[in-house]
Amino acid sequence: MRRRHSAEEEADGVLGGEIGAVARAITAIENDLPAGHHVLNRVFPHTGTAHMIGITGPPGAGKSTLVNELIRSYRAGGAKVAVLAIDPSSPLTGGATLGDRIRMLEWHNEPDVFVRSMASRRFGGGLAQHTLTVAHIFDAAGFDPIFIETVGTGQDEVGIASLAHSTVVVQVPGLGDGVQTLKAGALEIGDIIVVSKGDRPDAQALARDLRRLQTLHDREDSPDDRWNPPIVMTSAIEQTGFDKLSAAIRSHKEWLQQSGTWEVRVRTMLATEISSRVQRDLMRRIQSQSVNQDAAINAVLARQMSPLAAADRLLESLSNR
Amino acid sequence: MTTPSTESPMTDQSDQPVRILVAKPGLDGHDRGAKVMARAFRDAGFEVIYTGLFQTPEMIANAALQEDVDVVGLSILSGAHMSLFPAIMTALANVGRADALVIAGGTIPAADVTKLKELGVAEIFGPGTRLQDAIEFVRQHTGAMSEAARDAS
Repeated sequence: MRRRHSAEEEADGVLGGEIGAVARAITAIENDLPAGHHVLNRVFPHTGTAHMIGITGPPGAGKSTLVNELIRSYRAGGAKVAVLAIDPSSPLTGGATLGDRIRMLEWHNEPDVFVRSMASRRFGGGLAQHTLTVAHIFDAAGFDPIFIETVGTGQDEVGIASLAHSTVVVQVPGLGDGVQTLKAGALEIGDIIVVSKGDRPDAQALARDLRRLQTLHDREDSPDDRWNPPIVMTSAIEQTGFDKLSAAIRSHKEWLQQSGTWEVRVRTMLATEISSRVQRDLMRRIQSQSVNQDAAINAVLARQMSPLAAADRLLESLSNR
Repeated sequence: MTTPSTESPMTDQSDQPVRILVAKPGLDGHDRGAKVMARAFRDAGFEVIYTGLFQTPEMIANAALQEDVDVVGLSILSGAHMSLFPAIMTALANVGRADALVIAGGTIPAADVTKLKELGVAEIFGPGTRLQDAIEFVRQHTGAMSEAARDAS
């Protein structure tokens, strides 16, 4: 049996950077256990300094490999690095295969590199419900930077940008023509755009399309202190581009701090975390009144009520409680 | 102060999936079995951390620690289990995870099974094991609800 630790012990363990305490606190938060809340309450005042870096892009684009290279770069500077690597949960069984760690195994014996795999648990948007909350634990334990690697994403999963100070959008050649780069969505949230697999022949064309789009943007009147997302080409095979990428991430952090954008983003991040929690709890409260919910669904099924009217009724029943 | 409500129908076992590490220790490139088990555990609703081939005892222990897994699943077909498994059990104890349920599969002779169980390996699943047997074993030993119990609830 595992020894039970008090909230005080666990919080002290987290603040002292004890790996076991950090690992247990993350599990408690993920599983929404009271122990997780108690530890977070104690350590939260000691957070707020770590640079949270989101890494997002399509499945197989090379996100984990890229994070592995970034770990190398930050370790060279002596940083304590944490990675929160999210993979999808099954919509059918809730199970998950978490396979990002396998790309980062070379750090397995390095106490200052903490890789934690996290299942999305059907949260959606390429994230898990408790993403930022878990990142606070890493922050409290002295990890900085903290990489948040999303589930493989497509065009529309932009939630990561509200949970990280800096967002790196990874693109790969071969997924379509230049029209794809014109589309709204994921590309717009990148503070840094990476063209991964730069050794592929069509990588240059993708980089060119992305750059053209950007020069169009640059011609518009805009304040001088605006951040222009750099486009960085990387290749794990040829081991190129990663120094440039980590330099770009560091300059983005500097820009955030100098422009005052850091504080704006932190506010957005925490507001997003709070509202996501509120939404979840509201949904659970509605679902816990399964009688009302069943009645509403039945009424909609019988075409006696529209889906919108049913939703209104469920929300009303909540406030009337 | 938010306290998670325990009466919510969502707050059941599904909120605390079994976390299991699936790893292949040592120099052994045969990962079909490990992949089949990883997939079977996934389909059973477990969260499987798959670290794959060529794992040292320390890699396995450190992954078990950081990932806070309930179960460590080892697959071995190299014949080196009698030297690797004791080292893995020691490494797990060294990182404070002697409590993890360790199960193994692969080509392990019956004569070695008793010795490995004495070391603390909970169960050995040899060739021909039904996937369901391994899954039920993990469920029973981690306190996770069986499928039948979940369906009935």
